[in-house]
Amino acid sequence: MLLIYCPYCKEERPEIEFRHAGEAHIARPTDIKAISDEDFEGFFFIRSNPKGIAFERWRHVHGCGRFFNAVRDTVSDKIIMTYEAGKPRPSDEEIQARLKELAL
Amino acid sequence: MSGANRIAGAGRLTPAKTVRFTFDGDIYTGLEGDTLASALIANGVHLMGRSFKYHRPRGVLGAGSEEPNALMGIERDKARKQPNVRATVQEVFEGMTAVSQNRWPSLGFDVGAVNDLLSPFFAAGFYYKTFMWPKAAWQKLYEPVIRAAAGLGVSPDEADTDHYTSRYIHCDVLVIGGGVSGLSAALAAARTGASVIICDEQAHAGGAFAYEAGVTMNGEPGFDWAVAAANELAAMDNVRVLTRTTAFGYYAQNFVGLAERVTDHLADPEPQQPRERLWQVRAKKVILATGAIERHMVFANNDRPGIMLSSAARKFLNHYGVAVGTKVGVYTANDSAYETAFDLKRAGVSVEAIVDCRDHPGEGLLERAADLNIEVLTDHSVINTSGARRISAMTVKRNRGGAGRSIAVDALIMSAGWTPSVHMFSQSRGKVAWDADTQRYLPGEYAQDCTSVGACNGTDDLQATIDEAVAAGLAAGKATGGKRAAKPKLAGSGAGNWSGGMAGSAAGAGPDTTVKAFVDFQNDVTAKDIRLAVREGMHSIEHVKRFTTNGMASDQGKTSNIHGLAIAAEALGRDMPEVGLTTFRPPYTPVTFGSIVNHGRGKLFDPARKTPMHGWEEEHGAVFEDVGQWKRAWYYPRAGEDMHAAVNRECRTVRAVAGLFDASTLGKIEVVGPDAAKFLDLMYTNGWQKLKPGRCKYGIMLREDGFIYDDGVVARIAEDRFHVTTTTGGAPRVLNHMEDYLQTEFPELDVWLTSTSEQWAVIAVQGPKAREIIAPLVEGIDLSNEAMPHMSAREGKICGVPTRLFRVSFTGEAGFEVNVPADYGRAVWEAIWARAEPLGACAYGTETMHVLRAEKGFIIVGQDTDGTVTPQDAGLSWAIAKSKPDFVGIRGLMRPDLVAEGRKQLVGLKTKDPKTVLEEGAQIVADPNQPVPMKMLGHVTSSYWSENCGQSIAMALIADGRARAGETLYVPMPDRTIEVEVTGTVFFDEKGERVNG
Amino acid sequence: MADIQAASPQYPLDGMVAGSALVQITPAAPASRLALRARPDAIAPLSKALAVKLPQEPKTSAQGTAAKTKGRRALWLGPDEWLVIDESGADLMAACQGAGGTFSAVDVSNRNTAIIVSGPAAEAVISAGCPQDLSLKAFAVGACARTLLGKTEVVLLREEADVFRVECWRSFSAYAFAFLAEALRDPMV
Ligand SMILES: [Zn+2]
Repeated sequence: MLLIYCPYCKEERPEIEFRHAGEAHIARPTDIKAISDEDFEGFFFIRSNPKGIAFERWRHVHGCGRFFNAVRDTVSDKIIMTYEAGKPRPSDEEIQARLKELAL
Repeated sequence: MSGANRIAGAGRLTPAKTVRFTFDGDIYTGLEGDTLASALIANGVHLMGRSFKYHRPRGVLGAGSEEPNALMGIERDKARKQPNVRATVQEVFEGMTAVSQNRWPSLGFDVGAVNDLLSPFFAAGFYYKTFMWPKAAWQKLYEPVIRAAAGLGVSPDEADTDHYTSRYIHCDVLVIGGGVSGLSAALAAARTGASVIICDEQAHAGGAFAYEAGVTMNGEPGFDWAVAAANELAAMDNVRVLTRTTAFGYYAQNFVGLAERVTDHLADPEPQQPRERLWQVRAKKVILATGAIERHMVFANNDRPGIMLSSAARKFLNHYGVAVGTKVGVYTANDSAYETAFDLKRAGVSVEAIVDCRDHPGEGLLERAADLNIEVLTDHSVINTSGARRISAMTVKRNRGGAGRSIAVDALIMSAGWTPSVHMFSQSRGKVAWDADTQRYLPGEYAQDCTSVGACNGTDDLQATIDEAVAAGLAAGKATGGKRAAKPKLAGSGAGNWSGGMAGSAAGAGPDTTVKAFVDFQNDVTAKDIRLAVREGMHSIEHVKRFTTNGMASDQGKTSNIHGLAIAAEALGRDMPEVGLTTFRPPYTPVTFGSIVNHGRGKLFDPARKTPMHGWEEEHGAVFEDVGQWKRAWYYPRAGEDMHAAVNRECRTVRAVAGLFDASTLGKIEVVGPDAAKFLDLMYTNGWQKLKPGRCKYGIMLREDGFIYDDGVVARIAEDRFHVTTTTGGAPRVLNHMEDYLQTEFPELDVWLTSTSEQWAVIAVQGPKAREIIAPLVEGIDLSNEAMPHMSAREGKICGVPTRLFRVSFTGEAGFEVNVPADYGRAVWEAIWARAEPLGACAYGTETMHVLRAEKGFIIVGQDTDGTVTPQDAGLSWAIAKSKPDFVGIRGLMRPDLVAEGRKQLVGLKTKDPKTVLEEGAQIVADPNQPVPMKMLGHVTSSYWSENCGQSIAMALIADGRARAGETLYVPMPDRTIEVEVTGTVFFDEKGERVNG
Repeated sequence: MADIQAASPQYPLDGMVAGSALVQITPAAPASRLALRARPDAIAPLSKALAVKLPQEPKTSAQGTAAKTKGRRALWLGPDEWLVIDESGADLMAACQGAGGTFSAVDVSNRNTAIIVSGPAAEAVISAGCPQDLSLKAFAVGACARTLLGKTEVVLLREEADVFRVECWRSFSAYAFAFLAEALRDPMV
């Protein structure tokens, strides 16, 4: 069972309090009615499913109830960092810096 | 007398404390503290089981959890039978019943032993190759025969009467292993003030000190020191010492599962004692002090009862006071077996010969052997053994050739060297590294915040082990916030250094031979099997493992892994590290289902949710159905009524008079805030801005792909407050769905969602007399048709209690849904019932609710829809607000497939024979005479006998359904074909006049 | 209307009791409860209206500031979410009506019920099913959190070192009570 740092509760909590909620940073198009079939397919159906660094949404459903984002390495199953919903995707440099911190 | 092989003055058990137990029906006497294995050996019993595949007679190999052979059934009573218990772990208690396994009709004479004679046909991969064809034979022939002949113990056939408990626990430092390294680490960590848990799978701390005679710690005997150290730790407030506790699984972020066996060693456990306690530990630091496990020698017929690891024989002698034989042979590639031989000889046991495959044993050993008059045959090997149910002789041969010599023995102890126990390290996802100098795998790269100390880390010298463990303990304590502390002074001496040895097959069992030299005793895997696997093309150790099943038994390859690897490497002509090592996975030793299921059985298997009116419903004879976790009144049979009769009566009564229905399980969400209507506009297909406070509307919620997700009635309580209802089953996911959009897509909206599902008890009063029933109980609300028409909501009081009263109908009748605070649900229900009953109304359950709504063509999401149905498909286009710029699903509805012709549409079906009720899920075709596979047009989604219509009614999803109105279609069933007519979905009161009362 | 018999309440855990020498498990008294959600601009007005300072630190709670709201507690559940509990039966909805700022107040008095777990083994009994670290170091007196107990969601509040309040939805309360009663059978606790 993972420990996940909730950016709202500001501490690590056991994984069973959380629920995974799919890929992060897929914004719903503002004028969704106007987008093409291809764009809708990309928005709704296509997911990146990477090996390695993945950006995910989680919800602290049995805790503060907030949705937030996490950077997880799908190979090691380690959550590298979490951040509040709406915050931009962390840069490669930020992720690398955090990985270095974790290695210490 | 506790056995002829008990040696007076040896061991630590008290001769006066005897314990009687039975094994395969015979009564034996052991001593308190004995394991079943030590007690049986004390009584001269070595034959303890039959092997898995060949049914060969087997005795114990080890004296601990590594034991692959001596698996027993332990029985307390009919319900409490535990199969596959290791005799080397199970402690005896007064009155214990043990039975051997995997033999028929008896352990001494086993029919299955014919497999041993047929073994040329049972080579590795035999099952894969032989039982492949014909497929049908698997079910009828192969599997039953294999299951009868093979397999381990027999599972109990009654419910377990024991109870099990669990605890989440958090600590600074978890020490796994209570040997000298674990104790040293724990003593050091505890001094820093850190919270420490130390666990050991054995009944006592001390690890190898239990058998390593001659070790002293701070001047006292090693084992005595260990006992004192464990007591000292147990007395500290910040330390928890857990014996008989196996760390079985090491999971992410130092989450470690411990299984504590609380009562398995007790004759009469207190009833409140749990049998096992599951500890789910989250540790800031983990110290692995898991020691090392001795390996056996791989040579011909190395599996006869009486042949065992040297460390096992030494523990039987020095801890239990039991001699494993009277004429003991020794076969070794390592120094540790010498110490066992010396201890045995000093205890008065004859040691026939030490056969050492090496030229040069460790320093001083030959001299010490000579002093004790023990013959040592260096550069020799044991190339075979004989003996039926116990070893009777070993054949010894010089490695460079010459004639074999038979030496009569009744026990043979062996050591090929020691394998650091890296199981837990490996489970933690650490990578093991091959140490070429000492020819063993050691912890390499760590994946988690843990440290290995002592033998499991390849540290061989006693003082070095202590120093390493103390340093690790202090560091772990400090790193987790402990204070600086002085090192505990611990000085150890007198332990041997047992590095070295060999891996793989010994002389006489090499590639050119066909002998049975066992590598994995529990799965009956021989050196030959592993070579065969390589010849058959298995070049990865992972494939070899699966092809031969080496290391896949319940002992997890504790003794076999390294040998198997070495033999595979040799056959492949590669170095061991190139061949790799298989991954160790949890559990370290088998864990009972009881521990895993733990509290979660019986009434705690799953929460059973009951409404405030549940008690009344029970008292009034309701039959309940499960709807998710809810218990819902299904129907209320009266005397002499079956379900059909009860439902028919309820259906008639509601439409003729009225009925009361418990609708409390409906999901309810209070949507509050200035942007509440704006938010609902986005969540539902309908428009909400214009809905006036006091009015209700039926809403449809879609997923982004355009398919129906949920539905329900929404009431506007105030400008900024809506009372949303959802389906019973949909309540949590609908709230989650709405929260998701609110938090992540529309966070700028000033609106919040609060679940009120359980705040309100909901009493539906439906039928022509509904108003008459509730009117006298209601205060402050004008219930007249004019003041409170269909689809309106009012706040007021009923029976003196605040209510949200809705004029809504899921039956097509005029009716109300009375929402009252849940604490008052039963009292208000009873007050309404007291009015309703004299008028001839009834209470009705979910079945009647389903029939009544079907008569009106109202859908149930999840029954008449399946996640691929749009509002248009369901005939609900009217609920889509055409002018809204956006709502969830608006774009999905425009997808080509969703606007295409020929989609399945919800229609009504009437059977040509009005008495025939269709089966829900039945397929529908246009031409029943077409060849199979037929072209399916759709399926029946709801089907009932309608008492009010006097015929069977159904709803179905059918391709182009609405255009087929009036057409005859067919429902082919196994025994007949049913003719149906396509109709509209409303079967009763088509004009919908009754809701207006 | 005069003949209306006023309905009397029935509480979900009425009459339930469990305990041992080390721990007592009892239903809590009925209470008024408010599910409160608010934008930052409403925190001060609501704190004033309810006479309890809405805590803004995760995992903390606050007690009423006025004499008559001493028994009132506000529990931080999320960054804009509080559970207000008052055992005096005060009308909390009325209390916050008209308070300034943007907020949502919903009466959940009957949605939840509570179980009091008290005694030296209280922490151990709850730890049978709660994955959080409940040591005083990690979960001090006054600490609160929504979390899990076995297979059900609860809100945990540590009222005293040896006293926990376990809030749960009413239909889960029988399960939660039975779980705690089962857990206390272990003499180890
Ligand atoms: Zn949180």
